[in-house]
Amino acid sequence: MSLRLQGVRLSLASFTLEVDATFDRPIVGVFGPSGAGKTSLLDLIAGLRRPTAGMVELGGTVLSDASASLHLPPRLRRIGYVPQDLALFPHLSVRANLVYGYQASIPENGLFTLEHVSEVMEIAPFFGRNVTTLSGGEQQRVAFARAILSVPRLLLLDEPMSSLDSRLKQRLIPFLLRIRDEFRIPLIYVTHDAGELASLCDEIVLLEKGRVIDRGSPKDVLPESQ
Amino acid sequence: MTSEAWQIVLFTIEVSALSTLLILPFGIAIAWLIARRDWPGKPVIETIVMLPLFVPPVATGFVLLMLFGHNGPLGSILQRGAGIDVVFTWRAVVLAGAVMSFPLLVRTAQNAFQEVNTRFEDIARTLGAGEWRVFRTISLPLALPGVVVGTVLAFARAIGEFGATVVVAGMIPRRTMTISLAIYQKIQLGHDSEALPLLFVSVGIVFITVLCGQLISRRKGAR
Repeated sequence: MSLRLQGVRLSLASFTLEVDATFDRPIVGVFGPSGAGKTSLLDLIAGLRRPTAGMVELGGTVLSDASASLHLPPRLRRIGYVPQDLALFPHLSVRANLVYGYQASIPENGLFTLEHVSEVMEIAPFFGRNVTTLSGGEQQRVAFARAILSVPRLLLLDEPMSSLDSRLKQRLIPFLLRIRDEFRIPLIYVTHDAGELASLCDEIVLLEKGRVIDRGSPKDVLPESQ
Repeated sequence: MTSEAWQIVLFTIEVSALSTLLILPFGIAIAWLIARRDWPGKPVIETIVMLPLFVPPVATGFVLLMLFGHNGPLGSILQRGAGIDVVFTWRAVVLAGAVMSFPLLVRTAQNAFQEVNTRFEDIARTLGAGEWRVFRTISLPLALPGVVVGTVLAFARAIGEFGATVVVAGMIPRRTMTISLAIYQKIQLGHDSEALPLLFVSVGIVFITVLCGQLISRRKGAR
């Protein structure tokens, strides 16, 4: 599934996000300092913000085209999004969170069932609990599972492990790899952590002040981590 | 208390509950629109909604009298179209209570909606929810404690309403007489001993109502 951003522009507080890039590897990492525009880029892809110029296209479907005033709303994009704070709905149980976006009508396969996804993410024992009672790592897996169950064509992860210690991060990485390998959902993974990128990503895009300043394999872009 | 006093108390609770129910859907809708959307004329509407808090209540009553009187633009439509009289009936008491308590409901509910993290709503949209579902399943449940507090305050305000009611509904025994109006009338007539039970009952109702609001608000803070 190829994501194409063609001449995309979005005005932010201190600079303009300007991206012209194609993302077509299974896991693309977006790396850059705080305030580089990484979250804004994900918001734009998810349809939560409208670009002021340019076009966003996913798998041949135009999602946004500023010149044609076209903007597909987020609910129709089938793009999963796990934000930094996870945004698990605090008034709902784990199960209610999981089924919130469950797309029973999409006949793609039987892979995206509540039972299977819960088994893969090892969250079935928590179904009846409120999400606020879960540990950090458990919340993370519930957030991943909720996004997967909406059968997304692309999954955006915004520093999903930033609040976890390195031991928990290492435990969660295999879950992310299973999303890629078992569910075959391409991922765009935003992080500050070069180590996470090196162990997860096929390609890295380096963002600074809203512009792509470098891209390539982790080995090329992050030589110090190898 | 006399049977007349009990009738006044029950009537006041009924019309106050009715006025609160009447404004609830509009209050929640306007509070959400102010908290979550930008639209032309928003500051003007916000100001109009808040006006009854600051305009003298008798002036608000006078405006309602002009609008809903037999020759008023709205009163004449209701009279001719549906045969409904508003002024100097129980409907005027409900109307006055609704208008005077509306700003309290809107302001409190608006704050509650503004406190809801927009990220929850955004993520619900990426999970396939349309705007109505986002409102129904995310925004409203998360803002609910604040909305309930606003509802309680609006009810308490309606219970104590006097100025607008006396102008638009008058003080007609067994038709428009509320606790506030009855207390005023009995004091005017020098029947202070008859006013006292009504005073205690009204303070009791408002105390319990506002206490409930405080408890809900504390629970919300503890979450």
